[in-house]
Amino acid sequence: MPDALVGKSVPRKEGPDKVTGRARYIDDMRMPDALYGVTVRSPVARGRLRGVSFADGVPWNEIIVVSAADIPAERNHVALLTNDQPFLAATELRHAEEPVLLLAHADRHLLERARNAVRFDIEKLPALFDIDKSLAKDPVIWGEDNIFKEYNLTKGDVDAVFARADIIVVEGEYSTGAQEQLYIENNGVIAVADENSVTVWGSLQCPYYVHKALLGLFGLPADKIRVVQTETGGGFGGKEEYPSLIAGHAALLARKAGKPVKMIYDRAEDMVATTKRHPSRTKHRTAVTKDGTIVAMDIDFVIDGGAYNTLSPVVLSRGTIHAAGPYSIDNVRIRARAVATSHPPHGAFRGFGAPQSIFGLERHMNKVARAVGLTPEALRLKNFIKQGDTTATHQLIKEPVDMPSILRRALAEADYDAKRERFARENPGRSVKRGIGFASFMHGSGFTGSGEKYLASVVGATGTAEGKVRVLAASTEIGQGTNTIFTQIAAQALGLDWDDVEVAQPDTSVVPNSGPTVASRTTMVVGKLVEQAALGIKQILVQAGLLSEPYTPQQFRAAVKKYIATVGSLRSMAQYSPPDGIAWDDQSYRGDAYGTYAWAVYVATVALDTVTYEARVEDFVALQEVGRVIHPVLAAGQIEGGVAQGIGFALYENVVWREGRMANGQFTNYIVPTSVDVPAIRVFFDEVPYPHGPSGAKGIGELPMDGPAPAIVNAIEEALGAPHPALHHVPLMPEQLMDAVDDLLSARRKSA
Amino acid sequence: MRGDAHAHTLVAPADLDSALALLADNKGHRVLAGGTDVMVAFERGLLRDARLISIWQLDELRGIATVGRHLTIGALTTYTDLIESSLVAEHAPTLAAAARDTAAVAIRNRGTIGGNIANASPAADLPPALLVHDCEVELRSASGARWVDYAGFHTGYKTTVMRPDELIVRVRVPLVDAPMRHFYRKVGTRRAQAISKVCISASVRRGHDVRIAFGSVAPTVVRARIVERELASALAAGLLSTEAVSRIVALGVAEARPIDDIRSTAEYRGRVTRNLLRECLMSFVA
Amino acid sequence: MKSQVRCSVNGAACSFEVPPMARLLDVLREEANLTGTKEGCGEGECGACTVIMDGRIVNSCLVPALQADGSTITTIEGIAKGNVLHAVQAAFISHGGAQCGMCTPGMVIAAVDLLTRVVNPDENQIREGLAGNICRCTGYTKIFDAVREAARLLASTP
Ligand SMILES: Cc1cc2nc3c(=O)[nH]c(=O)nc-3n(C[C@H](O)[C@H](O)[C@H](O)COP(=O)(O)OP(=O)(O)OC[C@H]3O[C@@H](n4cnc5c(N)ncnc54)[C@H](O)[C@@H]3O)c2cc1C
Ligand code: FES
Ligand code: FES
Repeated sequence: MPDALVGKSVPRKEGPDKVTGRARYIDDMRMPDALYGVTVRSPVARGRLRGVSFADGVPWNEIIVVSAADIPAERNHVALLTNDQPFLAATELRHAEEPVLLLAHADRHLLERARNAVRFDIEKLPALFDIDKSLAKDPVIWGEDNIFKEYNLTKGDVDAVFARADIIVVEGEYSTGAQEQLYIENNGVIAVADENSVTVWGSLQCPYYVHKALLGLFGLPADKIRVVQTETGGGFGGKEEYPSLIAGHAALLARKAGKPVKMIYDRAEDMVATTKRHPSRTKHRTAVTKDGTIVAMDIDFVIDGGAYNTLSPVVLSRGTIHAAGPYSIDNVRIRARAVATSHPPHGAFRGFGAPQSIFGLERHMNKVARAVGLTPEALRLKNFIKQGDTTATHQLIKEPVDMPSILRRALAEADYDAKRERFARENPGRSVKRGIGFASFMHGSGFTGSGEKYLASVVGATGTAEGKVRVLAASTEIGQGTNTIFTQIAAQALGLDWDDVEVAQPDTSVVPNSGPTVASRTTMVVGKLVEQAALGIKQILVQAGLLSEPYTPQQFRAAVKKYIATVGSLRSMAQYSPPDGIAWDDQSYRGDAYGTYAWAVYVATVALDTVTYEARVEDFVALQEVGRVIHPVLAAGQIEGGVAQGIGFALYENVVWREGRMANGQFTNYIVPTSVDVPAIRVFFDEVPYPHGPSGAKGIGELPMDGPAPAIVNAIEEALGAPHPALHHVPLMPEQLMDAVDDLLSARRKSA
Repeated sequence: MRGDAHAHTLVAPADLDSALALLADNKGHRVLAGGTDVMVAFERGLLRDARLISIWQLDELRGIATVGRHLTIGALTTYTDLIESSLVAEHAPTLAAAARDTAAVAIRNRGTIGGNIANASPAADLPPALLVHDCEVELRSASGARWVDYAGFHTGYKTTVMRPDELIVRVRVPLVDAPMRHFYRKVGTRRAQAISKVCISASVRRGHDVRIAFGSVAPTVVRARIVERELASALAAGLLSTEAVSRIVALGVAEARPIDDIRSTAEYRGRVTRNLLRECLMSFVA
Repeated sequence: MKSQVRCSVNGAACSFEVPPMARLLDVLREEANLTGTKEGCGEGECGACTVIMDGRIVNSCLVPALQADGSTITTIEGIAKGNVLHAVQAAFISHGGAQCGMCTPGMVIAAVDLLTRVVNPDENQIREGLAGNICRCTGYTKIFDAVREAARLLASTP
């Protein structure tokens, strides 16, 4: 019997290929005869296209041109939630950089000249760039009221509480900016298509999303559309819904050209044209008693969805459910809206709405603490949710949760008390002021509500001629270690060696739909199915009388080979069914929002330079309870990477909008942290196995994005020694911090 | 990738004279040294010049040496060369500090001092250091050579006294023959691989011979002449009090003319200039 | 206009007939079929295209082909000796230094270069040495671990 694999940091499967340059990403693939494809995009944020002309100097007869006219009108939309986004705009232009025309040619440089030689005749219309204007319907640009989606969540009687005389009311408003995923590999696909079939290879997270979009676009039988994921250089949500669009584009060109078409965005195009994190605004009204018990929360949460609905309702949903945090509060009201603007559609990005609403909440909690004269930690300790309590969606917490101990341990690891004392003593005489702050939060694993039930994901396992077990899932390896984790889970379940399991490349002609690689669901939800499918193989072998327990890996291999030789193909499938007692009502937005939650407290130590107004994170402690940790190195790597992105979200990553277009769409002026900007990121796990996850695991991928921004800004507030309105927004750049620093310094000088 | 390699020619003359002869043709040649500015423009499809001349292979434009009372530095000297040179550390310490704060290793291996000067960006990092070292620049063309005072080199936003047929061949700074105090601080968008939002460089020789230069707060890198004068007289009189510092800082802020751009705001640049100048002057009080 | 560009790539003498302004990055990827060198930004900022040219690391996206004439180049494909991984590569695998792998070729090259310049780098030297290579996945921590481990491995193998 091999050693247990779960809990061990086995070497990842694609490691050698990645460190030697052998791994093949989409741009590394070449197809004989292929053309390149490019997109011609709207120069305006909103307008009506009156005509297109093609300037001289380009051999237009050699260039394949595709426009909306090449797509039957009823098929010209990306199949997603509401099908409102066209593959190519016909007349209505709803955002800057919206795709209008597609061009293909074998010569990239000629194509670039052609792209610049297309002239649009456009009647400009008034555009809309901010949340408040959108709510004010100034003007109406989508539907009747600019609202893509609204959720109203209620628990208890909020109004009755606010009418009470014995409460203190604390109000606050918080906002977050757009954030670019900035995976290092840009979006790209290669398509081969004719009248009867379409095949697309690409850098993508969700092969079956693309499959569904291509079905809608071409109306072919499902088995005539094939989507293959190639090695993917990062996604973070940015390759969740967007690849459907570019895949459709390449396939349209390929079909018209009768040749393969390769479409690879360059960085400038990827940054200005593809999705980003939804900007948000959260208003809080909180009723708290003098002893610090929060008795009611009234939350108004709005996100900017951009020009099309796309995934905004889902992002909004996660943001809504996380808006009241890991606290037990009897009366909660959350009004949540996703609104239309003339920005390019905002989309999936690690955390999916939760980092936005949690930023508001965890900043607000510190304000509430101050209002009642408690420390930030004392306020939280008074209000933490525990086993037997219910969340804002009325979900009963059935598993044990120990937020107080997570908090205490995180603060101890960060040396919180001593640092607070030291900084308070040292800051007054120094130009660099330090502060320590934290955020406590939770993150739901898997799809929201009935999402997993509707999805009904399927995973397969097959035996191979070499006697190995092959996992078939559409879940993608995008750097986070899916293949390694699946291998560990399957090998552990079957008592096999690491090498006895392989994971098939996600190819819709081979693997079943295990659902999208999003929502921290891959390990917990899909991993569980991998475990079941793998066990199914064993069961078949036992029933066939070829295997009996206990067995050695050699015996297992022999049994697989024998089965294949004597019976034929060896295959087992597992389909998701919700654990018992999970109930969700979409109408009232009540019930078990997620199967389970990961719980965490993150602590940041920040140095604020009052000469340059720069804030720098000096130390970061990330402590979380994520069930059983399957692969410690991969898990810590996920947390560290998420924290670095969170630091960027908090302090550096500022999308500069001009007329609805990202004006700093370049690496040189969209600033992400480098190796000298990140602090030591110290990761700790509290392991409490989750009975319904594979080997006790929960989801982990998105969690680390939630905590950094509020923890860091809370630390900055401590460094300043007082609140300031500038601290209600991220990214909090030196340009915003300067008012906070100068106002407080001059106030202090006056009072001295 | 938006540039088209086929739309440009590039030649690599074997020696300086051949390069100068090509430039003398006046056909609008653009010089390409380490390419860390030119190739970025090319990538973005913004390189207008059809003809390019590589000078990277001209080893005669490399080398750091003391010549008479000067330290001379070849135009192709890279940031890495500057950082590794003990002569630079001794005679142009602010230049060494500036080079260390520039970009990251791979860019420092290719970016040259000549390119940084000729590119004439107001946000360039070596120029403020060169200004406080009283740098001179040698320009050479097929018809001759001339030394120009670097303080007068930049004439406006991205314009210089250099003629199209000229090349920067080297720069020189006077040897440090007396104790010198210096100050260099760059505030960028992050801690590495960052373009300056504000940069201040200063030196004080012989107790009161003062140079102060700003980067990123005006259309060109600039000497802060008024600050220099006031600081020099305060130092000469032995009167650099905290009050004097405040007065001089105010003058310095008035000398800067920062603007809003994609990386920062005029307001921020103005306030940081004020704070850095104060920090700089206070370091000379101590 | 095309020029003849001759250089040594990973120990092999190569000759390319390319426009002199073609980027070294494209020559390596498309003419030499060495696709391990990646493009992340095309403007010198991300470091995914890092290669060693005449003993120094450079951003191959910013090197015109003609300037590589006569040079000696090592790409990620030339870092391992046959099937034997370089210590840096081995440490990247064991310490989780590669996630999506797009920054990895450039990062490994930058780390190899650092360890040739500085035998036993401290934390700051490691951070400085890798500052031109952006990684969006790892938060760098595991990469620092890998570089420290590689330094140890190199010190213990003569
Ligand atoms: C990622 C990145 C980071 C950077 N970071 C910084 C930074 O921190 N600080 C900073 O100041 N700069 C920075 N730069 C800009 C650039 O690296 C420097 O300006 C560099 O010094 C340019 O030198 P070069 O040899 O590469 O110039 P090239 O690109 O070859 O040339 C630049 C200009 O100078 C002209 N030129 C070059 N040499 C000569 C000469 N001898 N005589 C006449 N004209 C000449 C060229 O015609 C061209 O107009 C950065 C660039 C990149 C890509
Ligand atoms: S591709 Fe060359 S540095 Fe990014
Ligand atoms: S591993 Fe993905 S960018 Fe570094």
